[in-house]
Amino acid sequence: MEFFTAKDVVKVYGTTRALSNVSISVKQGSIFGLLGPNGAGKTTLIRIINQITAPDSGEILLEGRKMKFSDIGRIGYLPEERGLYKKMKIGEQALYLAQLKGLSHSEALRNLKYWFEKFDIGAWWEKKVEELSKGMQQKVQFITTVVHKPQLLIFDEPFSGFDPINTNLLKQEILNLRDQGATIIFSTHNMSSVEELCDHIALINQSKKILDGPIAEVKEQHKSNIFEISYHGNFDQVQRSLNHTYKILEHTETTSGNTLRIQHLAGHPGNELLRGLLPVAEITSFNEVIPSMNDVFIKVVKNYNAQSNKP
Amino acid sequence: MNKSFLILKREYLTRVTKKSFLVTTLLVPIFMGAIMIVPAWLATRDDKQERTIAVYDESSLFLDQLNQEGYTKYHFVEREKYLTLKENLAGSEYYALLYIPENIYTTSSAQLTSPKQIPFELTEQIERKLSQVIETDKRQKVISESGVPDLEAKLAATRTRVSVNTLKVTETGEEKKSSSMVAFGASYIMGFLIYFFVFMYGAMVMRSVMEEKKSRIVEVIISSVKPFQLMFGKIVGTALVGLTQVVIWIVLGGVIIGVLQGFMTPEATQEMGQNLMQSQPGIAQQTANVEPNQIAEVLEMIGNLNLPLILFSFVFYFLGGYLLYSSLMGAVGAAVDNEEDTQQLVFPVTFPLILSIILLFPIAKNPEGSIAFWASVIPFTSPVCMLARIPYGIPAWELLLSMFLLTLTTIGAIWVAARIYRTGILMYGKKVTLKELFKWLTYKS
Repeated sequence: MEFFTAKDVVKVYGTTRALSNVSISVKQGSIFGLLGPNGAGKTTLIRIINQITAPDSGEILLEGRKMKFSDIGRIGYLPEERGLYKKMKIGEQALYLAQLKGLSHSEALRNLKYWFEKFDIGAWWEKKVEELSKGMQQKVQFITTVVHKPQLLIFDEPFSGFDPINTNLLKQEILNLRDQGATIIFSTHNMSSVEELCDHIALINQSKKILDGPIAEVKEQHKSNIFEISYHGNFDQVQRSLNHTYKILEHTETTSGNTLRIQHLAGHPGNELLRGLLPVAEITSFNEVIPSMNDVFIKVVKNYNAQSNKP
Repeated sequence: MNKSFLILKREYLTRVTKKSFLVTTLLVPIFMGAIMIVPAWLATRDDKQERTIAVYDESSLFLDQLNQEGYTKYHFVEREKYLTLKENLAGSEYYALLYIPENIYTTSSAQLTSPKQIPFELTEQIERKLSQVIETDKRQKVISESGVPDLEAKLAATRTRVSVNTLKVTETGEEKKSSSMVAFGASYIMGFLIYFFVFMYGAMVMRSVMEEKKSRIVEVIISSVKPFQLMFGKIVGTALVGLTQVVIWIVLGGVIIGVLQGFMTPEATQEMGQNLMQSQPGIAQQTANVEPNQIAEVLEMIGNLNLPLILFSFVFYFLGGYLLYSSLMGAVGAAVDNEEDTQQLVFPVTFPLILSIILLFPIAKNPEGSIAFWASVIPFTSPVCMLARIPYGIPAWELLLSMFLLTLTTIGAIWVAARIYRTGILMYGKKVTLKELFKWLTYKS
């Protein structure tokens, strides 16, 4: 079931188009990766979802109904540029932000206690923000994002500024929140975390959505018929058995065996290649190389920009 | 509006619990008092420098008349000594050399030489002394020549001092004692207070907006509340801080006056006055003219000002002026990235406010004039200028027109400010121009 939908969203600032007819839909309880190069329009879309700005046209739906301003309490937003009041005490500040999201004082206090204990930062309650390290501030900011148990969470580069230990902690918390039913929109340039966390992605470039789909499908679509083969045998024989539709990308020989990267230019399935190789070599492994999200991102954006720059 | 209240509460509490709030609250009255009292106190203080002045008196009129006055001693010298002193005054024990020519009676001029810069007061003192001696001498001659008996006493009796009591006729024909001095004082103080408050708290709103933008927390907050709610809570919260400060000042002022009254028994006051007279013969003459009931009269005149109207107008124009300027200053705070960039935008906003303080003087000169009229009707100067005119009395239609225009403009300013604010707080790394700001007005929220 779709928890969140944006339909044909358009936003224009003066003469620059920030978003042209962008539509996305996010399933309940999934993690949705919102990708795109800098300046593509992601932040604008995120701000529209948060009702910080309004679209010039298009619809924003929450559970199929038009989003109202009061729905803001159901959203938790962690902006890319973090910020807290420097001179305010952590506890007071977290309480204030939680109450602004609509929690009562006692409810806010109870939820905050839970999170402060969970992150083992109860001792910071009376400290001022300026006394904390950047990583510590990020933790507090994360708590203020989730304290009101939002059903829709928007994380913009959530891991920036965290060390690997805290990054893992945070990833785990994000997955936990999803398992508890929260729907998550996740914007980042860190493609490995996209592969780790996301179920579905959309790629925005130059204000348009140029790619959308479940992550496995997207990768499948963008594979380039590259196979990685490990074998024992003679490379020359192997080479001779391949016709001109194959291109050898890489070949390494070691004492424990050889590996070979082959691209099939016409796009035939792997069985045919395997059949040709079987008589000449002893195959120890055979894999089709699935592109990483990083590869897909670069390839799609480059292709798009090359085409749009053509006259 | 519940969320606006949360914002208001935070804005208020963080400011009021700051140490700097306590410090300014206590220091501002002390500082203001010092500005008024210190120069006056310094002026009444005696010049305690001991000076000996050599006098060469060719006219021999002053021989016994001039010996010591305050800390200044006069020492008469002969011609030879005068000539040597004239050559080498700096090496001598004398501070200055006074040369009185033989014909001073007709020329009325003498010469004072010193290697140092002679203080103005000393020159004045010598001038006064010399004039007095010559005057007395001349008078004595006239009296003895005329042969009129008791002429001296009769002449003394002719000295008169007239004071004009100004009365103001009200519409009902009732006459009220008024004083242009009291009206001027009230007008100036109120104009200045409004200016001071609007400026100080307007700047406070601006800094608060800038702090939120700079620390980037603003994006988190406006994902919870509407930008307008944030601005509203901020402006009202700051106004309450101002109100708290004023209340503290009033209470503090009341306590200080009470304590002073406790110390200042009538006898003590009298004694102090006498001390003052003894030490300062010049002032003695003036204070002697202050009759005891004059203070009561001033109080009566203050009572005759239309106090309820003044109080109401003060509150109205304070709120109007504050809302007008603080919303615009808030917009400025939102439009810029850092403190350095504020200057060029703050100036056009605060210029009318500064102008209105300058206009207080022409208004005091002619409270009915066209400068006074326009300054008190045009909304950007009216909070200060209208308030300055009210103690002089003002036609009701002018007051109503001014209030109406101020209300209208304030609403307009809030509308404009809210639009600039909500776009500006999320705009980074761009130096904004006025043209850019106008463009922001058209963006959809």
